[in-house]
Amino acid sequence: MKVIKIDKKDWADGLAKLSGGYRLFGPVKDKEFHNFKELDNGELPDFDFSNTKLSAKSMVFPQAEAMFKYSLDENEADHHIMKEAEKDYSPRAAIGIRPCDAAAFLLVKKNFDTPEYKDPYWINAYEASVFVGLACNNPCSTCFCTSAGCGPFHEDGLDVLLADAGDYFLAKVITDKGEKLLQAAGWNTEADAGEDQIETLKKEAEAKITASVNTDGLKDKITTELYDAPFWEDVAFACLNCGTCTYVCPTCWCFDIQDETHGTSGIRMKTWDSCMYPLFTLHGSGHNPRGTKVHRVRQRFMHKLKYYVDKYGDGIQCVGCGRCIRLCPVNIDIRKVCELMNSYEPADAACQVA
Amino acid sequence: MVGYTDKIREISERLLKEGTVDMVIGFRQGSMPMMNEPCFAKRPEDVEKLTWDSNCGINLANYLTDRKEKIGVIAKGCDSRNIVTHIIENKIKRDQLVIIGVPCKGMIDRRKITSMFETEILSVAEEDGKVIVKTGDAEKILEKEEVLQKNCAVCIHRNPVIYDELAADLVEEQKDIDRYADIREIEAMSPEDKWNYFDDLLSACVRCYACRNACPLCYCPTCFVDESQPQWVGKTTDPIDTKTFHFLRAYHCAGRCTDCGACERACPVGINMRTLTKKLEKDCFEYYGWEAGLTLDARPPLDAYKPDDPEDFIK
Repeated sequence: MKVIKIDKKDWADGLAKLSGGYRLFGPVKDKEFHNFKELDNGELPDFDFSNTKLSAKSMVFPQAEAMFKYSLDENEADHHIMKEAEKDYSPRAAIGIRPCDAAAFLLVKKNFDTPEYKDPYWINAYEASVFVGLACNNPCSTCFCTSAGCGPFHEDGLDVLLADAGDYFLAKVITDKGEKLLQAAGWNTEADAGEDQIETLKKEAEAKITASVNTDGLKDKITTELYDAPFWEDVAFACLNCGTCTYVCPTCWCFDIQDETHGTSGIRMKTWDSCMYPLFTLHGSGHNPRGTKVHRVRQRFMHKLKYYVDKYGDGIQCVGCGRCIRLCPVNIDIRKVCELMNSYEPADAACQVA
Repeated sequence: MVGYTDKIREISERLLKEGTVDMVIGFRQGSMPMMNEPCFAKRPEDVEKLTWDSNCGINLANYLTDRKEKIGVIAKGCDSRNIVTHIIENKIKRDQLVIIGVPCKGMIDRRKITSMFETEILSVAEEDGKVIVKTGDAEKILEKEEVLQKNCAVCIHRNPVIYDELAADLVEEQKDIDRYADIREIEAMSPEDKWNYFDDLLSACVRCYACRNACPLCYCPTCFVDESQPQWVGKTTDPIDTKTFHFLRAYHCAGRCTDCGACERACPVGINMRTLTKKLEKDCFEYYGWEAGLTLDARPPLDAYKPDDPEDFIK
């Protein structure tokens, strides 16, 4: 595959050219940490970061997104009729998305883009996007991507993979969309032995990953036995049932639908939701099938590490970015829970119960 | 404070062996530097996992709400004050509890320490008032006094106010502390500057509610932000809705907040929402001479009606 060399002195010029044809998104430092957001005119993405605080999922799946608008003013002919909210699906480019976040879109796609159901908002935004990934030369101690089907130089889900090689970037062309973007930026110098250089950096980065999970046993576990395992009370005890883990997760896809009316006009929105909240499963009758936090914590881990594994057969619903580990206020660690689930043997555990 | 662990384990083991309590609620070693995880021990042999150091900032009173068991609970000064508030508000009964008091020397501020280093922190240890921080390529020794959580630096109730057992001798309380310098600065601002200050303070909020859920005072069965009939507050990160949530939550804590710092500590995006509760804490102190959670014998000022109230509007 073609590898383009981008001199860092040509970086800002290239991005300026791109901004004519693409809405640019990237990591930007806001006060103490980086977040992934749409760049202002002339603003450059800041690559001096490990990873963004929140994942890049909001580029395609915003925390709150208007789907419809309506009027309650009966003097208007179309009152009480839902009308499509205006959308901007012009081309957009993620500049410097981490490979884990890009790979996460492929997992989420399985939910939003199925033969049966298609979420037009997610699909349109996703298809309008070009993903220029920034490989991780220095992964964090909480990154376990290489054992979660991903990696610091992982290419699935990306159109271009950028690797920082000091004075220049190496840009590996992965798709036609990516090639087109590089051409539009005027970056067209092929690198000497580019693939070899990237391979060397990749090996160095992968060697720095110290965290891992074992997932090989999950598929063969019996769902009801895992569900009834005795460790959930202990796992869930500290949980505050805040939504931090789900909000920062690149693969958490659940959403709510809310109407907001101001005076006589209103919008119907899709907003992030979280299985950590009691409201998530509260029935109209008042019954709540996940009435305790043990239910809710179990659901999140069972979904990511068992139900998803069984339903899609392509591994866990996690890319190993480690955000939930770093940001959980009470230090609930998915690596530990995965290990408990992966190594669970009902007979052994039964002996340990007091 | 590191030496407290042995005593905590000893007391906990005894209570569990005697059958005085069904469980002990404390902390276990976390999987990340500067993080410990609240946990329980139900069997004498489980006490080995209990630990204590300067990373136990989560308020354990929050884990007592509406529990039915007999519980041994590890309580530093602020936890004990919230336990008092819990008892007054009928969220737990005094005779259900064996309070294992921990004379506290303050928790360390993991955000502040993290921001002092260019690269990721791989380990943090403590020794004799020093905090030893290691990154991949460096080691630095910090004075613990200089990296305390903001609320701990101005704390004047480090010793538990109510306890049945003690994990160590009581410590000397901090004296001549100016608790409200930061609040006075905000009070002195013009309305416009205040508006901008609060806009900026809350701009990063993602409405995850970690602050609310880490707070022992926030135990409403349904929080006002979760009500749907009527829906008081919008669900997005609209700045007005976000501010409504934070301001109203703070008011609900007036006269009850002990400035334990759990809210700020829990926030994933580092918002100092303590500014709001602390202003109300200051008002309660200045208007009513009230500090929350110091006694079981009086209800918080905004929670009590007195026929001889000096204010006319209430009569």
